[in-house]
Amino acid sequence: MSREPVIVGVADFPIEGGRAAPGTGLLAMQRHVAVEALAQAGLTVKDVDGLAVAGMWGMPGPGAMQPILLTEYLGIEFPKYLDGTNVGGSAFVLHAGHAAEMIRAGVCDTVLILYGSLQRSESSRALGGRPALFSNQFDMVAGLPSPVGAYAMAAHRHFHDYGSSPETLAEIAVSTRSWAALNPAATYRDPLTVEGVFESPMITDPLHLLDCCLVTDGAGAVVMTTAERAKDLKTKPVHVLGHGESATHSNINYMPDMSRLEVAERSSAAAYKMSGRKPADVDLAMLYDSFTITVLLTLEAVGLCGRGEGKDFVKNQRTAPGGEFPLNTNGGGLSYCHPGMYGIFTMIEASRQLWGICGERQAPGPKGGGIKTAICHGTGGVLSSGATVILSTEKD
Amino acid sequence: MSTGPMSYDKPVPVVDVDSAPYWEGAKQGKLMIQKCRETGRTFLYSRRLAPGAGEAEWIEASGRGEVYSWTVARRPAGAAFKGDTPYVVASITLEEGARILTNIVTDDPDGVHIGQKVAVFFDAVSDDLTIPKFRPVG
Repeated sequence: MSREPVIVGVADFPIEGGRAAPGTGLLAMQRHVAVEALAQAGLTVKDVDGLAVAGMWGMPGPGAMQPILLTEYLGIEFPKYLDGTNVGGSAFVLHAGHAAEMIRAGVCDTVLILYGSLQRSESSRALGGRPALFSNQFDMVAGLPSPVGAYAMAAHRHFHDYGSSPETLAEIAVSTRSWAALNPAATYRDPLTVEGVFESPMITDPLHLLDCCLVTDGAGAVVMTTAERAKDLKTKPVHVLGHGESATHSNINYMPDMSRLEVAERSSAAAYKMSGRKPADVDLAMLYDSFTITVLLTLEAVGLCGRGEGKDFVKNQRTAPGGEFPLNTNGGGLSYCHPGMYGIFTMIEASRQLWGICGERQAPGPKGGGIKTAICHGTGGVLSSGATVILSTEKD
Repeated sequence: MSTGPMSYDKPVPVVDVDSAPYWEGAKQGKLMIQKCRETGRTFLYSRRLAPGAGEAEWIEASGRGEVYSWTVARRPAGAAFKGDTPYVVASITLEEGARILTNIVTDDPDGVHIGQKVAVFFDAVSDDLTIPKFRPVG
């Protein structure tokens, strides 16, 4: 009886021009993706006995206890595992790690990981008006644009320490856009060039507008169960072979080394170790791209290249469609969608690539043999938290 | 907060039991930071115990340091900063070791660079609030 944790269904909510259809409800959109992801596997809400959710909605108010509200709204009967851990955009990747252990331990059988946001339609992105206290008492007083200014400081430090440059960052924006061009669900699909990135307005040096993620609506769902249960289901199981998580600072000033994403080093090391895989085994990387610098730091931190070698890794569109290494093949937070907490979409896309159902943007894998192993990494806060999962079509 | 016609409309710090010595020190023209009695490491933001839970003492910093990293805000962090753009926000490594997030006030934002030497000055923005900021030196 194999209790190995697997992903058996995923779904993302359709958006047009970054927005859900007028009248879409925040809970309704989450129900929509939950039902769709379950149906992909041949399951229904009745099969769910674990729920993990995070979001910025309904607070103050019913959203302060999101797992309870969604248990009620969806009609999940007496879930055995509830998770509302909110560590920013990495949360859902962290949830997948927690769910894997709960499933393995026999606490529950089928977990729904869920996210929804109407931040674009409701214009609720503004982060201002919060009290300047604890670790924010200096940056808010100084007027650090949040969160982009934090990432900008990390970028300057990385340039200084490792010789990366605005061109490095633009390469990432351009390759990500080229993937988005192949994804009908992506918000920005027009071709982009390095010059085009430089011509977009400077927000806070050295980050241009097109170094920054979108602000969109969106919702996503991931369904996990046991490998044993998956035998009776419609999809081929995607094994969650390993996971890891960590956190350091809440405010960028207290990041130990701004040019080195140590939380991702730690979380990925734990994930690789558990999975028995190493970076060289990874065919696809889905790395949280809140900003282009986030990707550069993460590539180095999860060992896809050495520290300081990210600039060569992404050079000359090496990570674009047709390039040597597929990275953020859905078009990422930069060009596909970014509803505020993007992490769940890394696992949705990786699962689809592992299933080989991505159509025009399907990455061929080594020697055209298909994508067999993927790394998903979520970043939360201002490079504050990290969560990694290693996914594979193969158990061993 | 000041209620006069020149009232200060940018975010102000919440002064609590942890942060009061820092902000009170600034009013007196002192840059106050904390030092862990066990490790000797200095740190901000101020709190009851040092990170890792050692006992901490307050010391007055020299006010000299160098730029660890920085950004130039071309768009303001809220309407109150609109008139200031472009302005420099930086993380400064103080001589004592702690990093402080602050403004570098300069006519040459494009000249700011990592390693640049800076020194503190105290900007009394209202009767109730004095903010330590930095200027390039030399």
